[in-house]
Amino acid sequence: MTAPTSTVVRIIGVDKTFIRDGAAATTALSGISLDVARGEFVSLIGPSGCGKSTLLRVIGDLIAPTAGTVEVNGKAADQARRDRDYGMVFQAPVLFDWRTVEDNVKLPLELMGYDAARRTARAREMLDLVELGDFLKHHPYQLSGGMQQRVAIARALAFEPAILLMDEPFGALDEMTRERMNQEVLRIWEATGTTIVFVTHSIPEAVFLSSRVVVMSARPGRITDVIDVDLERPRGIATREEPRYFELVTAVREALRRGGGGTDSDTVASVDRTAAEGGIA
Amino acid sequence: MTAGPVGLLPRLMGPSSGREATTLSGEPTAGHSRTRRVVQFVLFLAAILVIWELVKLLGGVPWRPIGAGPGAPLVWDPPFRWAFANDLNLPHWWNILWFLGQPVQRGSDESLVAFLAGAAFYTWREAAIGFVAGTLLGLVLATVFIHSRLLERAFVPYVVASQTIPIVALAPMIVFAVGPNVTSVVIIATYLTFFPVTIAMIRGLRSPDPRALELMRSYAATRFDTYRKVRLPASLPYLFTALKIAATASIVGAIIGEGPGGIPDGLGRAIINFNQYYITGPEKLWGAILVSALLGIVFFAIIRVLELVVLRGRSDGTAA
Repeated sequence: MTAPTSTVVRIIGVDKTFIRDGAAATTALSGISLDVARGEFVSLIGPSGCGKSTLLRVIGDLIAPTAGTVEVNGKAADQARRDRDYGMVFQAPVLFDWRTVEDNVKLPLELMGYDAARRTARAREMLDLVELGDFLKHHPYQLSGGMQQRVAIARALAFEPAILLMDEPFGALDEMTRERMNQEVLRIWEATGTTIVFVTHSIPEAVFLSSRVVVMSARPGRITDVIDVDLERPRGIATREEPRYFELVTAVREALRRGGGGTDSDTVASVDRTAAEGGIA
Repeated sequence: MTAGPVGLLPRLMGPSSGREATTLSGEPTAGHSRTRRVVQFVLFLAAILVIWELVKLLGGVPWRPIGAGPGAPLVWDPPFRWAFANDLNLPHWWNILWFLGQPVQRGSDESLVAFLAGAAFYTWREAAIGFVAGTLLGLVLATVFIHSRLLERAFVPYVVASQTIPIVALAPMIVFAVGPNVTSVVIIATYLTFFPVTIAMIRGLRSPDPRALELMRSYAATRFDTYRKVRLPASLPYLFTALKIAATASIVGAIIGEGPGGIPDGLGRAIINFNQYYITGPEKLWGAILVSALLGIVFFAIIRVLELVVLRGRSDGTAA
């Protein structure tokens, strides 16, 4: 079966059950089906434990699903990984201390057999893109958290992957830095046209960034709603003050509440906290 | 990160000698604190030497001029007689230094210190070969163990057990098996070296963030690439910690091995000899101990300098 060219990711009936020695099996994902079109910005949002990070890892072939299939560009996920179709960005920047900023960005290029001149050219181009062109020779620990995360994004984009997978990339940053980084990631997305799947637990972030917000709920992790975000682009500071923006934030919050009204009070509490963040914005 | 010979010395010494200190007001104090550390070191050494002689001043045997025989006139008669402070248990340190300048034997034209330096260099070469071999062995074992839980579970207990066997019991067996030659001494040094390297590298090669390994997987990197680009560089601080332990252990191993190994040219034999003549000249054994300790310190310092060079630029690269 070949997916149409406009579909980058096709997820069909994915289940994931973790089995640990001496403990009951945990169903992390249940019956997940989702298509992501080329150039789309899709956010996965949900309470802690809803399996959104697991789903991202299943897409990226870092975890094998228990059932179901994942195709990327019409190929099985593991083939896509071998073809270097994925750029990964985690919550922590995961930069290497012993390498300079520039050499960190070059790491995937070294593995992928780029020659030295091309490595340098690509690394500098990417660091210019994330506006860190003046920090080539710095070491990661000399940069702020937001700058480190921008290096991680530059590294993920350096080899032009078909899809960028981001796992709560700004979760560790303060609110102001996070908003700046949101703007930054939109600019990069628009400049590169990369397809992005973005995991977050922040409603305002999901609405501001995405073309579609996929709402998940916990135990077992499943998709309860998909909300199209029809805010105009390019989006900026003014977007966060539009009535339509607030409507969408409310819609996502309500979808989360509907999905999260389960048995676990912990889950409900964390949804409420997320919802409260939405209210502030 | 450039440190002259003077700057390097204090950085080799204390655990507090990490990054150059900066006061709370942000005023750089690098040069000042470096000097201070050298001064502190010298003062501390001087204090030990003064206390040493104060003890002898109070409770030693009657003082005689340096190098003088038992018939020489008294210089000072201490008020007490403490056994631990007599000239056999605690010789005057200036006598040790004086003996180092004397001929190693009556009629010899080689001084004790020259003889000991030659012996130290000989022992160091044995230790260094064992050190390199042990480091390589430790690296190989740790690399195998982190890639195979089965082999790790099967063999790590034996690696640990190997170090519970007293080396003085094992050394003669190795000499018996290999023969009384330098090879047996090198094997003993290797035996003491591979252990800290193995244990530290199991930890070090596993030290990367799990997400770093996920990242490498997302690049479809081979195991070898992951090893070369992530695991090995991440493990270097652990490796150097182990190497500093191994450096001193390898020298102890070589010295111990020289006895049963019948090696006449190293510190081990010198220590055995001077031990036998301790009653007539305890200063010679003290001299040999002093040189052995210095040899260990020098080897340690060599590794430390290497560490500073290799880990240059890392956030924790200058911590001792």
